[in-house]
Amino acid sequence: MISVENITKSFGKVEAVRDVSFRAPDGKITGLLGPNGAGKSTTLRVLYTVIRPDSGRALIDGVDVVASSLEARKRVGALPHGAGLYPHLTARENIEYYARLCGLDKETIAERTEATIEELEISEFADRQTKGFSQGQRTKVALARSLVHNPHNVILDEPTNGLDVMATRSLRDIILKLKDSGRCVLFSSHIMQEVAALCDDIVIIAAGKVALQGSTDTIRERTGCDDLEDAFVQAISTVEPAA
Amino acid sequence: MKTILSVLRKEVLDNLRDRRTLLTAVLMGPLFGPLLFAVVINMSIDRALSSAESVLEVPVIGAENAPNLINFLATRNIDVIDGPADTAAAIEAVKTGEHDVVLSIDADFGEKLSEGEPARVQVFSDEANQDASRDMRRVRGAVREYSGQIASMRLFARGVSPMVMRPLNIDEVDVSTPSGRSGILLGMMSYFFIFAMLIGGMYLAIDSTAGERERGSLEPLLSLPVTRDQLMIGKILGACVYMALSLALSIAAFAIVLNFLPLQKLGMTPNFGPLAAVAAFFLLAPFILVGASLMTLVASFTKSYKEAQTWVSAVLFAPTLPIMIVSILQVRPKFEFMFIPSLSQHLLLVDMIKNEPVVPVNIAVSVVTTLVIGALFMAISARLYRREGLLG
Repeated sequence: MISVENITKSFGKVEAVRDVSFRAPDGKITGLLGPNGAGKSTTLRVLYTVIRPDSGRALIDGVDVVASSLEARKRVGALPHGAGLYPHLTARENIEYYARLCGLDKETIAERTEATIEELEISEFADRQTKGFSQGQRTKVALARSLVHNPHNVILDEPTNGLDVMATRSLRDIILKLKDSGRCVLFSSHIMQEVAALCDDIVIIAAGKVALQGSTDTIRERTGCDDLEDAFVQAISTVEPAA
Repeated sequence: MKTILSVLRKEVLDNLRDRRTLLTAVLMGPLFGPLLFAVVINMSIDRALSSAESVLEVPVIGAENAPNLINFLATRNIDVIDGPADTAAAIEAVKTGEHDVVLSIDADFGEKLSEGEPARVQVFSDEANQDASRDMRRVRGAVREYSGQIASMRLFARGVSPMVMRPLNIDEVDVSTPSGRSGILLGMMSYFFIFAMLIGGMYLAIDSTAGERERGSLEPLLSLPVTRDQLMIGKILGACVYMALSLALSIAAFAIVLNFLPLQKLGMTPNFGPLAAVAAFFLLAPFILVGASLMTLVASFTKSYKEAQTWVSAVLFAPTLPIMIVSILQVRPKFEFMFIPSLSQHLLLVDMIKNEPVVPVNIAVSVVTTLVIGALFMAISARLYRREGLLG
């Protein structure tokens, strides 16, 4: 479970995130929805501990991401936006490298690597060097890599960006499987339909603030819009832009 | 420790498959030095040997005026050939480089000589022409020698010992050993070694920092349960592996090339057998850490692969600067210099090649200070890696 409490983060004079709070429960898919530059990536970066919040705190399974960041990282599998692979390593080697860095023992490394390769259906190209992989193949390998240590929480930053229809579908299936295994899945997107199709809960962020959050139905109710897109537009228009 | 080794292993494997990194590490860096060295040495040997023994052909104006002088020149391997008709043409010929040296003997040469007056011989040459200076010195020396002989004979004829003309007997004793003479030229070697070493690790240092960021593989890496210090140390050690490889290959290539160079003809017998080669490796090895940390440090500062390349290339020359300054100033190894990385390695190496005793304290100081400075750079890089701005 991921919980975010009153997080703020500025880069120089730019307030990227202003007092953001939400919860992403286990066994559910939570969507972080917002226009470009709304602060989605910054929020997620705080959660997978590559940046520190200026104030507020975030907990992964109750572990503080600042105070015990190494412990928190063990519980998170992160797929950052535009994550790159090592082009001279095979898909399998890319995954194994992460497994090794996560401190797994030899047997577990082999076992988990094989398991993720199967789970994400990449065995076909697992032993090829990753240069020249399609965007879909790359995303799958990058996701497999971040899941190799079997984290309970999965954070995906715009994972479907640049994927074609088939690849998007296949990724969606994988995300649903992750949810069914009881994991906490948090993913960001700026695509309304995608979030609507996949998420149980939605957190709408605009200009660094949470505009609205709740289940898809709650959001429709609260905005009084039947169409989720209208609801989205209405929600983000209520947030005043950052000073 | 296990994490550091994992990073190290991955960086080495990854770059082993990158043709550019591999080629620079095993081919360009190590072979560039020895090849250039072989060419330079061969050229200077050619030049040094060609002049002394070979026949020098010199055009002489008015050769018929001084048959004895011409005969004397012939005994000094200087042959007279046809050349310019008059002094004006001679000046022109020297200026254009058609001839390096032209002699001109005045028409009244014999007459003046028999009267005991100074007889004029003109030597035309271009002092600015470096290539001609050796020939010019040879011709001038031969003419002086001839002049000296005549002077001695005249004194003799007057019952005066020619020794009157030599109040001092100047005896120059060159104490440089053949190995010692090697030092100057072979001092270039340490420059090449350090250069090869740095080139070998350059691409890995860039790839594992700026390259990693540009590829987008840095962010997921940082989200793993490992500290950034561990990642950084692993990456620096990865660069060290390649640098050690380049250094070893470079030293081996030199040791082999030296066997094929006729260095004895130049009066040099460098001490660079297999044992010295191994010693050279260990003498230079501490500098690997400095180089790897420094290059990684610089590459981590930059925003892109290209920018990193520019800056790291600049770093390649930084360690060679003290060597060049010292080479130009011709300083002897001093204790204080042992505190300066790259310079201390250079001085120790030169001493070893010259077969001079190497002071153990100097080696100890060189190794320890170099490693300490390397560790310092490493700490700074690691510190830099902890910044948030790293992600760009």
